[in-house]
Amino acid sequence: MKVRVAVIDYGMGNLHSVASALQHVGAGEVVVTHDAELIRKADRVVFPGVGAIRDCMSEIRRLKCDELLAQALTEQQVPVLAICVGLQALMDRSEENGGVDCLGIIPGEVRYFGNPLADASGQRLKVPHMGWNEVRQHRDHPLWAGIPDMSRFYFVHSYYVHAEDRSLLAGSVEYGVTADAALARDNLFAVQFHPEKSAAAGLTLLKNFLEWNGQC
Amino acid sequence: MGLAKRIIPCLDVDNGRVVKGVNFVDIRDAGDPVEIAMRYNEQGADEVCFLDITASSEGRETTVHTVEQIAEHVFIPLTVGGGIRSVEDIRTMLNAGADKVSINTAAIHNPELVRESAQRFGSQCIVVAIDAKRVADVDGLPRWEIFTHGGRKPTGIDAVAWAVRMAELGAGEILLTSMDRDGTRNGFELGVTRAITDAVDIPVIASGGVGTLDHLVEGITLGGADAVLAASIFHFGEFTVPQAKAYMAARGIEVRR
Repeated sequence: MKVRVAVIDYGMGNLHSVASALQHVGAGEVVVTHDAELIRKADRVVFPGVGAIRDCMSEIRRLKCDELLAQALTEQQVPVLAICVGLQALMDRSEENGGVDCLGIIPGEVRYFGNPLADASGQRLKVPHMGWNEVRQHRDHPLWAGIPDMSRFYFVHSYYVHAEDRSLLAGSVEYGVTADAALARDNLFAVQFHPEKSAAAGLTLLKNFLEWNGQC
Repeated sequence: MGLAKRIIPCLDVDNGRVVKGVNFVDIRDAGDPVEIAMRYNEQGADEVCFLDITASSEGRETTVHTVEQIAEHVFIPLTVGGGIRSVEDIRTMLNAGADKVSINTAAIHNPELVRESAQRFGSQCIVVAIDAKRVADVDGLPRWEIFTHGGRKPTGIDAVAWAVRMAELGAGEILLTSMDRDGTRNGFELGVTRAITDAVDIPVIASGGVGTLDHLVEGITLGGADAVLAASIFHFGEFTVPQAKAYMAARGIEVRR
Protein backbone atom coordinates (compact mmCIF):
# COMPACT_ATOMS: atom_id res chain seq x y z
CA MET A 1 0.00 0.00 0.00
CA LYS A 2 1.27 3.42 -0.90
CA VAL A 3 1.40 5.64 2.14
CA ARG A 4 -0.14 9.11 1.98
CA VAL A 5 1.73 11.65 4.06
CA ALA A 6 0.56 15.13 5.02
CA VAL A 7 3.21 17.62 6.08
CA ILE A 8 1.48 20.32 8.10
CA ASP A 9 2.35 23.69 6.59
CA TYR A 10 1.90 26.80 8.70
CA GLY A 11 3.97 28.98 6.43
CA MET A 12 7.25 28.93 8.32
CA GLY A 13 10.24 27.99 6.23
CA ASN A 14 11.01 25.44 3.64
CA LEU A 15 9.22 22.10 3.80
CA HIS A 16 10.55 21.04 0.44
CA SER A 17 13.39 19.04 2.03
CA VAL A 18 11.21 16.96 4.31
CA ALA A 19 8.72 16.31 1.49
CA SER A 20 11.40 15.20 -0.96
CA ALA A 21 13.10 13.00 1.66
CA LEU A 22 9.76 11.27 2.33
CA GLN A 23 9.27 10.76 -1.41
CA HIS A 24 12.79 9.40 -1.63
CA VAL A 25 12.10 6.69 0.97
CA GLY A 26 8.92 5.57 -0.72
CA ALA A 27 5.97 7.69 0.34
CA GLY A 28 3.16 7.25 -2.19
CA GLU A 29 2.01 10.82 -1.99
CA VAL A 30 3.24 13.77 0.05
CA VAL A 31 1.07 16.84 0.47
CA VAL A 32 2.33 19.99 2.15
CA THR A 33 -0.81 21.60 3.48
CA HIS A 34 -2.92 23.03 6.29
CA ASP A 35 -6.13 21.86 4.68
CA ALA A 36 -8.11 19.85 7.25
CA GLU A 37 -9.60 17.53 4.62
CA LEU A 38 -6.23 16.61 3.12
CA ILE A 39 -4.81 15.96 6.56
CA ARG A 40 -7.84 13.85 7.46
CA LYS A 41 -7.14 11.63 4.45
CA ALA A 42 -3.48 11.13 5.32
CA ASP A 43 -2.02 7.88 6.66
CA ARG A 44 0.89 9.70 8.29
CA VAL A 45 1.25 13.27 9.52
CA VAL A 46 4.48 15.24 9.84
CA PHE A 47 4.59 18.34 12.05
CA PRO A 48 7.74 20.26 11.08
CA GLY A 49 9.01 23.66 12.06
CA VAL A 50 11.87 26.08 11.66
CA GLY A 51 12.44 29.62 12.85
CA ALA A 52 11.48 31.48 15.98
CA ILE A 53 8.90 29.92 18.30
CA ARG A 54 6.71 33.00 18.77
CA ASP A 55 6.06 33.36 15.04
CA CYS A 56 5.59 29.61 14.70
CA MET A 57 3.06 29.48 17.54
CA SER A 58 1.07 32.41 16.24
CA GLU A 59 0.84 30.88 12.76
CA ILE A 60 0.04 27.43 14.18
CA ARG A 61 -2.89 28.95 16.09
CA ARG A 62 -4.01 31.30 13.33
CA LEU A 63 -4.19 28.47 10.79
CA LYS A 64 -5.69 26.13 13.39
CA CYS A 65 -2.83 23.69 12.90
CA ASP A 66 -3.05 22.91 16.63
CA GLU A 67 -6.53 21.48 16.01
CA LEU A 68 -5.32 19.56 12.95
CA LEU A 69 -2.51 18.07 14.98
CA ALA A 70 -4.84 17.10 17.84
CA GLN A 71 -7.19 15.53 15.32
CA ALA A 72 -4.36 13.46 13.81
CA LEU A 73 -3.10 12.35 17.21
CA THR A 74 -6.37 11.44 18.91
CA GLU A 75 -9.18 11.07 16.36
CA GLN A 76 -7.35 9.68 13.34
CA GLN A 77 -4.69 8.08 15.54
CA VAL A 78 -2.26 8.00 12.65
CA PRO A 79 1.49 7.97 13.25
CA VAL A 80 2.72 11.53 13.74
CA LEU A 81 6.33 12.70 13.42
CA ALA A 82 7.26 16.11 14.85
CA ILE A 83 10.56 17.66 13.78
CA CYS A 84 12.72 20.39 15.39
CA VAL A 85 10.50 23.39 16.25
CA GLY A 86 7.59 20.99 15.65
CA LEU A 87 8.84 19.09 18.73
CA GLN A 88 9.39 22.30 20.71
CA ALA A 89 5.85 23.48 19.91
CA LEU A 90 4.44 20.34 21.58
CA MET A 91 5.79 21.34 24.98
CA ASP A 92 4.14 23.56 27.61
CA ARG A 93 6.36 26.56 27.23
CA SER A 94 9.53 27.89 25.59
CA GLU A 95 12.06 30.36 26.98
CA GLU A 96 12.58 31.74 23.46
CA ASN A 97 11.36 35.26 22.56
CA GLY A 98 11.03 36.17 26.23
CA GLY A 99 8.76 33.22 26.99
CA VAL A 100 6.09 31.72 24.75
CA ASP A 101 3.23 29.38 25.64
CA CYS A 102 3.24 26.30 23.42
CA LEU A 103 0.70 23.55 22.79
CA GLY A 104 1.07 21.60 26.04
CA ILE A 105 0.66 18.25 24.30
CA ILE A 106 3.75 16.95 26.11
CA PRO A 107 4.43 18.32 29.63
CA GLY A 108 7.82 19.98 29.80
CA GLU A 109 9.73 23.00 28.69
CA VAL A 110 12.04 24.39 26.05
CA ARG A 111 15.20 25.96 27.50
CA TYR A 112 18.03 28.07 26.16
CA PHE A 113 21.38 26.29 25.83
CA GLY A 114 22.94 29.02 27.90
CA ASN A 115 25.78 31.27 27.13
CA PRO A 116 28.56 30.62 27.91
CA LEU A 117 28.15 26.92 27.32
CA ALA A 118 30.99 24.44 27.88
CA ASP A 119 31.48 20.69 27.65
CA ALA A 120 32.67 18.44 30.49
CA SER A 121 36.32 19.32 29.79
CA GLY A 122 35.63 23.05 29.89
CA GLN A 123 35.83 23.53 26.11
CA ARG A 124 33.59 26.42 24.99
CA LEU A 125 30.60 25.35 22.90
CA LYS A 126 29.02 27.55 20.24
CA VAL A 127 25.28 28.29 20.11
CA PRO A 128 23.34 27.36 17.98
CA HIS A 129 24.11 23.67 18.38
CA MET A 130 24.74 23.15 14.69
CA GLY A 131 25.98 20.00 13.03
CA TRP A 132 26.17 16.25 13.45
CA ASN A 133 25.88 14.91 16.97
CA GLU A 134 25.42 11.46 18.46
CA VAL A 135 21.99 10.38 19.63
CA ARG A 136 21.84 7.96 22.52
CA GLN A 137 18.81 5.69 22.20
CA HIS A 138 17.02 5.24 25.51
CA ARG A 139 14.54 2.61 24.49
CA ASP A 140 13.62 0.34 21.64
CA HIS A 141 11.24 1.91 19.22
CA PRO A 142 10.14 0.96 15.69
CA LEU A 143 11.59 4.27 14.44
CA TRP A 144 15.06 3.30 15.61
CA ALA A 145 14.97 0.03 13.63
CA GLY A 146 18.23 -0.48 11.73
CA ILE A 147 19.82 2.65 13.22
CA PRO A 148 22.79 1.87 15.49
CA ASP A 149 22.84 3.48 18.92
CA MET A 150 24.94 6.69 18.96
CA SER A 151 24.38 7.34 15.26
CA ARG A 152 24.91 10.95 14.26
CA PHE A 153 22.03 13.17 13.18
CA TYR A 154 22.04 16.77 11.97
CA PHE A 155 20.96 19.34 14.56
CA VAL A 156 20.46 23.07 14.35
CA HIS A 157 18.87 24.75 17.36
CA SER A 158 19.60 27.18 20.20
CA TYR A 159 16.84 25.95 22.52
CA TYR A 160 16.39 22.39 23.74
CA VAL A 161 13.55 20.33 25.09
CA HIS A 162 13.24 18.79 28.54
CA ALA A 163 10.16 16.62 29.03
CA GLU A 164 8.79 16.19 32.55
CA ASP A 165 7.89 12.54 32.07
CA ARG A 166 11.28 10.90 31.59
CA SER A 167 9.63 7.66 30.47
CA LEU A 168 8.88 9.42 27.15
CA LEU A 169 12.58 9.84 26.41
CA ALA A 170 13.54 7.89 23.28
CA GLY A 171 16.84 9.62 22.55
CA SER A 172 19.18 12.19 24.06
CA VAL A 173 22.11 14.30 22.91
CA GLU A 174 25.03 15.80 24.85
CA TYR A 175 25.91 19.42 24.22
CA GLY A 176 27.01 21.04 27.44
CA VAL A 177 23.74 19.76 28.85
CA THR A 178 21.87 16.52 28.18
CA ALA A 179 19.03 17.50 25.86
CA ASP A 180 16.04 15.46 24.75
CA ALA A 181 16.69 14.46 21.13
CA ALA A 182 13.63 12.23 20.68
CA LEU A 183 10.40 11.72 22.60
CA ALA A 184 7.88 8.96 21.99
CA ARG A 185 4.34 8.56 23.23
CA ASP A 186 1.74 6.29 21.64
CA ASN A 187 1.44 7.24 17.96
CA LEU A 188 3.66 10.31 18.33
CA PHE A 189 7.42 10.42 17.73
CA ALA A 190 9.12 13.78 18.03
CA VAL A 191 12.74 14.61 17.22
CA GLN A 192 14.92 17.67 17.72
CA PHE A 193 17.25 16.79 14.84
CA HIS A 194 16.45 16.96 11.14
CA PRO A 195 16.04 13.43 9.76
CA GLU A 196 15.55 14.91 6.27
CA LYS A 197 19.10 16.33 6.48
CA SER A 198 20.75 13.44 8.30
CA ALA A 199 21.87 11.34 5.33
CA ALA A 200 21.45 7.54 5.72
CA ALA A 201 20.46 7.53 9.42
CA GLY A 202 17.79 10.14 8.82
CA LEU A 203 16.40 8.44 5.73
CA THR A 204 16.19 5.15 7.64
CA LEU A 205 14.19 6.89 10.38
CA LEU A 206 11.80 8.37 7.80
CA LYS A 207 11.40 5.02 6.11
CA ASN A 208 10.66 3.45 9.52
CA PHE A 209 8.06 6.17 10.06
CA LEU A 210 6.29 5.25 6.81
CA GLU A 211 6.27 1.61 7.88
CA TRP A 212 5.24 2.26 11.48
CA ASN A 213 1.71 1.32 12.59
CA GLY A 214 1.75 3.83 15.45
CA GLN A 215 2.19 1.21 18.17
CA CYS A 216 5.21 1.07 20.41
CA MET B 1 32.44 12.50 22.17
CA GLY B 2 30.02 15.10 20.91
CA LEU B 3 29.42 17.42 18.03
CA ALA B 4 31.53 16.55 14.98
CA LYS B 5 33.64 19.09 13.12
CA ARG B 6 32.23 19.45 9.64
CA ILE B 7 33.82 19.07 6.21
CA ILE B 8 32.07 21.09 3.52
CA PRO B 9 32.98 20.73 -0.16
CA CYS B 10 32.17 23.88 -2.13
CA LEU B 11 30.97 24.05 -5.73
CA ASP B 12 31.46 27.23 -7.74
CA VAL B 13 28.60 27.30 -10.21
CA ASP B 14 28.19 29.51 -13.27
CA ASN B 15 24.97 29.23 -15.29
CA GLY B 16 24.21 25.84 -13.85
CA ARG B 17 27.64 24.39 -14.49
CA VAL B 18 30.42 23.76 -11.99
CA VAL B 19 33.49 25.78 -12.89
CA LYS B 20 37.07 25.54 -11.61
CA GLY B 21 36.75 22.00 -12.85
CA VAL B 22 35.90 18.84 -11.07
CA ASN B 23 37.76 15.72 -11.92
CA PHE B 24 36.42 12.61 -10.29
CA VAL B 25 37.56 9.43 -11.93
CA ASP B 26 34.16 7.87 -12.36
CA ILE B 27 31.84 10.79 -12.91
CA ARG B 28 29.64 11.08 -15.97
CA ASP B 29 29.45 14.84 -16.33
CA ALA B 30 32.16 16.80 -14.55
CA GLY B 31 30.19 20.02 -14.85
CA ASP B 32 26.88 18.86 -13.44
CA PRO B 33 26.42 20.30 -9.92
CA VAL B 34 23.68 17.79 -9.09
CA GLU B 35 25.88 14.80 -9.91
CA ILE B 36 28.82 16.30 -8.03
CA ALA B 37 26.74 17.16 -4.97
CA MET B 38 25.39 13.60 -4.96
CA ARG B 39 28.92 12.28 -5.12
CA TYR B 40 29.98 14.32 -2.08
CA ASN B 41 26.87 13.18 -0.25
CA GLU B 42 27.82 9.55 -0.94
CA GLN B 43 31.35 10.23 0.27
CA GLY B 44 30.02 11.41 3.62
CA ALA B 45 30.41 15.17 3.28
CA ASP B 46 28.68 16.89 6.20
CA GLU B 47 27.16 19.66 4.11
CA VAL B 48 27.48 21.00 0.59
CA CYS B 49 28.06 24.64 -0.28
CA PHE B 50 26.87 25.97 -3.62
CA LEU B 51 28.45 29.27 -4.60
CA ASP B 52 26.63 30.89 -7.49
CA ILE B 53 28.94 33.06 -9.56
CA THR B 54 26.43 33.59 -12.37
CA ALA B 55 26.36 37.19 -13.52
CA SER B 56 23.21 37.32 -15.66
CA SER B 57 19.65 37.38 -14.38
CA GLU B 58 18.55 34.58 -16.75
CA GLY B 59 21.35 32.53 -15.26
CA ARG B 60 19.88 33.07 -11.81
CA GLU B 61 16.80 31.13 -12.83
CA THR B 62 19.04 28.27 -13.81
CA THR B 63 20.53 28.46 -10.33
CA VAL B 64 17.13 28.12 -8.69
CA HIS B 65 16.40 25.09 -10.84
CA THR B 66 19.78 23.53 -9.97
CA VAL B 67 19.22 24.09 -6.25
CA GLU B 68 15.81 22.40 -6.55
CA GLN B 69 17.39 19.38 -8.20
CA ILE B 70 20.17 19.11 -5.62
CA ALA B 71 17.63 19.35 -2.79
CA GLU B 72 15.65 16.51 -4.34
CA HIS B 73 18.64 14.18 -4.36
CA VAL B 74 20.92 15.20 -1.53
CA PHE B 75 19.83 14.71 2.08
CA ILE B 76 22.48 16.71 3.88
CA PRO B 77 22.38 20.46 4.50
CA LEU B 78 22.84 22.70 1.48
CA THR B 79 24.09 26.28 1.72
CA VAL B 80 23.60 28.57 -1.27
CA GLY B 81 25.58 31.78 -1.64
CA GLY B 82 26.44 34.34 -4.29
CA GLY B 83 24.28 37.19 -5.51
CA ILE B 84 21.89 37.16 -2.55
CA ARG B 85 20.71 40.76 -2.22
CA SER B 86 17.27 40.82 -0.66
CA VAL B 87 14.82 39.04 1.59
CA GLU B 88 13.09 37.97 -1.62
CA ASP B 89 16.32 36.35 -2.93
CA ILE B 90 16.64 34.48 0.36
CA ARG B 91 13.04 33.31 0.23
CA THR B 92 13.52 32.10 -3.35
CA MET B 93 16.55 29.99 -2.42
CA LEU B 94 14.96 28.56 0.73
CA ASN B 95 11.85 27.66 -1.23
CA ALA B 96 14.03 26.01 -3.87
CA GLY B 97 15.39 23.74 -1.14
CA ALA B 98 18.44 25.51 0.31
CA ASP B 99 18.80 25.00 4.05
CA LYS B 100 20.98 28.04 4.56
CA VAL B 101 21.68 31.12 2.52
CA SER B 102 24.99 32.92 2.61
CA ILE B 103 24.95 36.72 2.44
CA ASN B 104 28.14 38.57 1.58
CA THR B 105 28.27 42.00 -0.11
CA ALA B 106 24.61 42.74 0.54
CA ALA B 107 25.26 42.59 4.29
CA ILE B 108 27.93 45.27 3.89
CA HIS B 109 25.61 47.58 1.93
CA ASN B 110 22.64 46.83 4.15
CA PRO B 111 23.38 45.17 7.51
CA GLU B 112 19.66 45.34 8.34
CA LEU B 113 19.14 42.60 5.74
CA VAL B 114 20.82 40.21 8.19
CA ARG B 115 18.54 41.23 11.05
CA GLU B 116 15.40 41.19 8.94
CA SER B 117 16.09 37.82 7.32
CA ALA B 118 17.15 36.21 10.62
CA GLN B 119 13.90 37.37 12.19
CA ARG B 120 11.86 36.19 9.26
CA PHE B 121 13.50 32.85 8.47
CA GLY B 122 15.43 32.11 11.66
CA SER B 123 19.13 32.56 12.43
CA GLN B 124 19.77 28.91 11.60
CA CYS B 125 19.54 29.62 7.88
CA ILE B 126 21.43 32.91 7.73
CA VAL B 127 25.15 32.57 7.06
CA VAL B 128 27.21 35.74 6.71
CA ALA B 129 30.19 35.34 4.40
CA ILE B 130 33.21 37.48 5.24
CA ASP B 131 36.06 37.98 2.78
CA ALA B 132 38.99 39.17 4.89
CA LYS B 133 42.43 40.37 3.92
CA ARG B 134 45.36 41.25 6.14
CA VAL B 135 46.14 44.98 6.19
CA ALA B 136 48.83 47.03 7.99
CA ASP B 137 49.23 46.22 11.69
CA VAL B 138 47.80 48.63 14.22
CA ASP B 139 49.94 49.16 17.32
CA GLY B 140 51.92 46.08 16.42
CA LEU B 141 48.78 43.91 16.27
CA PRO B 142 47.57 42.21 13.11
CA ARG B 143 44.44 43.61 11.47
CA TRP B 144 42.15 42.15 8.84
CA GLU B 145 39.76 44.15 6.76
CA ILE B 146 36.70 43.15 4.74
CA PHE B 147 37.24 43.28 0.98
CA THR B 148 34.64 43.05 -1.77
CA HIS B 149 34.85 42.38 -5.52
CA GLY B 150 36.86 39.21 -5.14
CA GLY B 151 39.33 40.82 -2.76
CA ARG B 152 40.06 43.89 -4.88
CA LYS B 153 38.05 46.54 -3.07
CA PRO B 154 38.76 47.48 0.55
CA THR B 155 35.85 48.57 2.71
CA GLY B 156 37.72 49.87 5.76
CA ILE B 157 35.65 47.53 7.95
CA ASP B 158 37.51 45.51 10.57
CA ALA B 159 36.76 41.83 9.93
CA VAL B 160 36.64 40.75 13.59
CA ALA B 161 34.38 43.63 14.66
CA TRP B 162 32.17 42.91 11.66
CA ALA B 163 31.79 39.25 12.59
CA VAL B 164 30.72 40.27 16.10
CA ARG B 165 28.19 42.73 14.70
CA MET B 166 26.76 40.17 12.27
CA ALA B 167 26.30 37.69 15.12
CA GLU B 168 24.50 40.39 17.11
CA LEU B 169 22.20 41.08 14.17
CA GLY B 170 21.20 37.43 14.07
CA ALA B 171 23.59 35.56 11.76
CA GLY B 172 23.62 31.87 12.66
CA GLU B 173 27.05 31.14 11.25
CA ILE B 174 30.09 32.90 9.76
CA LEU B 175 31.76 31.71 6.55
CA LEU B 176 35.22 33.23 6.74
CA THR B 177 37.36 33.32 3.59
CA SER B 178 40.89 34.62 3.63
CA MET B 179 41.42 36.53 0.40
CA ASP B 180 45.18 36.35 0.95
CA ARG B 181 45.00 32.58 0.84
CA ASP B 182 42.07 31.76 -1.44
CA GLY B 183 43.35 29.68 -4.33
CA THR B 184 46.93 29.56 -3.01
CA ARG B 185 46.78 26.08 -1.46
CA ASN B 186 49.04 27.42 1.30
CA GLY B 187 46.58 26.78 4.12
CA PHE B 188 44.08 28.89 6.02
CA GLU B 189 45.06 32.29 7.40
CA LEU B 190 44.96 31.01 10.97
CA GLY B 191 45.35 34.40 12.65
CA VAL B 192 42.05 35.80 11.45
CA THR B 193 40.35 32.44 11.86
CA ARG B 194 41.35 32.28 15.51
CA ALA B 195 40.54 35.95 16.13
CA ILE B 196 37.00 35.52 14.78
CA THR B 197 36.25 32.14 16.35
CA ASP B 198 37.30 33.57 19.72
CA ALA B 199 35.22 36.71 19.24
CA VAL B 200 31.84 35.17 18.34
CA ASP B 201 29.62 32.55 19.94
CA ILE B 202 28.19 31.27 16.65
CA PRO B 203 29.91 28.57 14.53
CA VAL B 204 32.62 29.62 12.08
CA ILE B 205 33.47 27.89 8.80
CA ALA B 206 37.07 28.41 7.69
CA SER B 207 37.67 28.79 3.97
CA GLY B 208 40.39 29.78 1.54
CA GLY B 209 43.73 28.18 0.89
CA VAL B 210 43.36 24.48 1.61
CA GLY B 211 46.00 22.45 -0.24
CA THR B 212 46.68 19.54 2.11
CA LEU B 213 44.87 17.52 4.75
CA ASP B 214 47.07 19.12 7.41
CA HIS B 215 45.51 22.44 6.47
CA LEU B 216 42.08 21.08 7.36
CA VAL B 217 43.43 19.89 10.71
CA GLU B 218 45.06 23.26 11.45
CA GLY B 219 41.89 25.17 10.67
CA ILE B 220 40.22 23.32 13.53
CA THR B 221 43.03 22.79 16.04
CA LEU B 222 44.81 26.13 15.60
CA GLY B 223 42.11 28.26 13.98
CA GLY B 224 39.35 27.01 16.25
CA ALA B 225 36.92 26.63 13.34
CA ASP B 226 33.78 24.51 13.68
CA ALA B 227 33.83 23.50 10.04
CA VAL B 228 36.27 23.59 7.13
CA LEU B 229 35.34 24.34 3.55
CA ALA B 230 37.43 23.28 0.58
CA ALA B 231 37.04 22.99 -3.15
CA SER B 232 40.03 21.97 -5.20
CA ILE B 233 41.49 19.25 -2.97
CA PHE B 234 38.25 17.34 -3.33
CA HIS B 235 37.29 18.33 -6.86
CA PHE B 236 40.36 16.88 -8.48
CA GLY B 237 40.05 13.60 -6.68
CA GLU B 238 43.32 14.34 -4.89
CA PHE B 239 41.65 13.44 -1.62
CA THR B 240 38.25 12.02 -0.89
CA VAL B 241 36.08 13.16 2.00
CA PRO B 242 36.60 9.82 3.84
CA GLN B 243 40.38 10.23 3.51
CA ALA B 244 40.14 13.72 4.97
CA LYS B 245 37.99 12.48 7.83
CA ALA B 246 40.29 9.55 8.60
CA TYR B 247 43.25 11.93 8.66
CA MET B 248 41.50 14.34 10.99
CA ALA B 249 40.21 11.58 13.27
CA ALA B 250 43.76 10.20 13.60
CA ARG B 251 44.75 13.63 14.92
CA GLY B 252 42.09 13.65 17.59
CA ILE B 253 39.40 15.61 15.77
CA GLU B 254 35.85 14.35 16.13
CA VAL B 255 34.27 13.71 12.73
CA ARG B 256 31.18 11.94 11.44
CA ARG B 257 32.08 8.65 9.73
